[in-house]
Amino acid sequence: MRINMETKKTSLNNLHQRNQAKFVEFAGYEMPIQYSKGIIEEHKFTRKHSGIFDVSHMGQLFIYGGENLTIELEKIFPLDLKNLKQNSSKYSFLMNEEAGIYDDLIITKIEEGYLIILNAACKENDFQILSKLLGGNFKMILENERALVALQGPRSVEILNSVLSGVEKLNFMTGKWIDFKNQRLFVTRSGYTGEDGFEISILNNFAEEFTQKLIDKGAQLIGLGARDTLRLEAGLCLYGHELDINKTPIEANLKWAISKERLSNGGFVGSEKIMNQIQGGTSQIRVGIKPEGRLIAREKTKIFKETDKQIGEITSGTFGPSINGPIAMGYVDKEFSKIDTKILLEVRGKKYPANICELPFYKKNYVKGVN
Amino acid sequence: MSEVKFSKEHEWISLEGDVATIGITKHATEMLGDIVFAELPEKGSNVEKDGTAGVVESTKAASDVYTPLSGEVMDTNQAIVDDPSKINEDPEGSAWFFKLKIKDNSELDSLMNREEYEKFSKENSS
Repeated sequence: MRINMETKKTSLNNLHQRNQAKFVEFAGYEMPIQYSKGIIEEHKFTRKHSGIFDVSHMGQLFIYGGENLTIELEKIFPLDLKNLKQNSSKYSFLMNEEAGIYDDLIITKIEEGYLIILNAACKENDFQILSKLLGGNFKMILENERALVALQGPRSVEILNSVLSGVEKLNFMTGKWIDFKNQRLFVTRSGYTGEDGFEISILNNFAEEFTQKLIDKGAQLIGLGARDTLRLEAGLCLYGHELDINKTPIEANLKWAISKERLSNGGFVGSEKIMNQIQGGTSQIRVGIKPEGRLIAREKTKIFKETDKQIGEITSGTFGPSINGPIAMGYVDKEFSKIDTKILLEVRGKKYPANICELPFYKKNYVKGVN
Repeated sequence: MSEVKFSKEHEWISLEGDVATIGITKHATEMLGDIVFAELPEKGSNVEKDGTAGVVESTKAASDVYTPLSGEVMDTNQAIVDDPSKINEDPEGSAWFFKLKIKDNSELDSLMNREEYEKFSKENSS
């Protein structure tokens, strides 16, 4: 046999290179961590203008089917899919029976069935799990012929609308097929930066030409480094950090993402555990954390209460360019999770003061009710 | 202005009399990216050659700053603690880290001149 350990490249790799990207390996892909201007400039540009993110490494799973598929998917996801309108999207998770999270995802009801956007590192495993749960009764395609480009920031709507007329009519968390040069793009108004924006699914062969058009209209390429600071300021979870197989949506403080209709009746994978945790509570919960001063407390930093009692651990921590200060998220024992609780963070052997704080750190600007 | 020397840990050293001013090189800041946090040694403390004498954190990661010389910390640059982005702007000038009263002149022998450092950093920057 021949084992291929080569890193994969997205269809925008040449474009990244031409724009002086610094690359890192991420989930088996060679991805840009930043371009020449650096993470802080890229972050700020996205907040005030429009940033382009190559997220082609993420999984685009098409599952084809009608009402039967909706019934089967409701046995898996904690969503009211029967009442989800066509072209509407929901944030959700794929769980095991213990409500441990295999992946977090965005699912959109489309004419042909469903489109699910999955994390790069989880997509193959997700595909196996979903195939098994659906029993091979529905056609499933984990796309590798399509790139996924995110355009994020307040100017994104005018930039994208000048290339794809009509996208300004989309509400946040909705999408549709749009024709572009004799082919179909699937465009959703969504993203993971806390800004208004879009994600565009496009055939690999056209991805570079399309992305160059966005650059010509004034948008700029942004790397994974700024994507991380943007999502953290927006209080959004990253799989492998805030979420993993040992955490449940209730512990992750994501109860809002579970449809109310499903909370009363259950019947989805992990529903018993979820109901138990809603009634009985959890020992730990995800919170926002602001270190005092400029100290940065990164992932795995231990969290203490005044005494030497460890009460939790940080899952993501960085410098927030729009906050102009350090920010973090982590899990703490429930009794210490109230806003403004004073905690201590152990960094390089010393303990530094910090506070539990409200999420998000940065207020969102999503567009609702355009039509 | 005295001659500037360089260490393999990407610090620069400018010597005047027995006082060395130490900072991190432009090459180091380019590798680190945007610097968002700096911690310096305490004034009056004694540091040993190759020991840690501070921390810089960029948006990507934390890195220790080593002292290439032994000595007593005479002064530290509070301006870079208050605004760490100054380190990216002027790493080999106004954004110095600390000044040392050096103990042992022979420690200077292991340092590189600019030409040697540039060759070294080119070979070690992959």
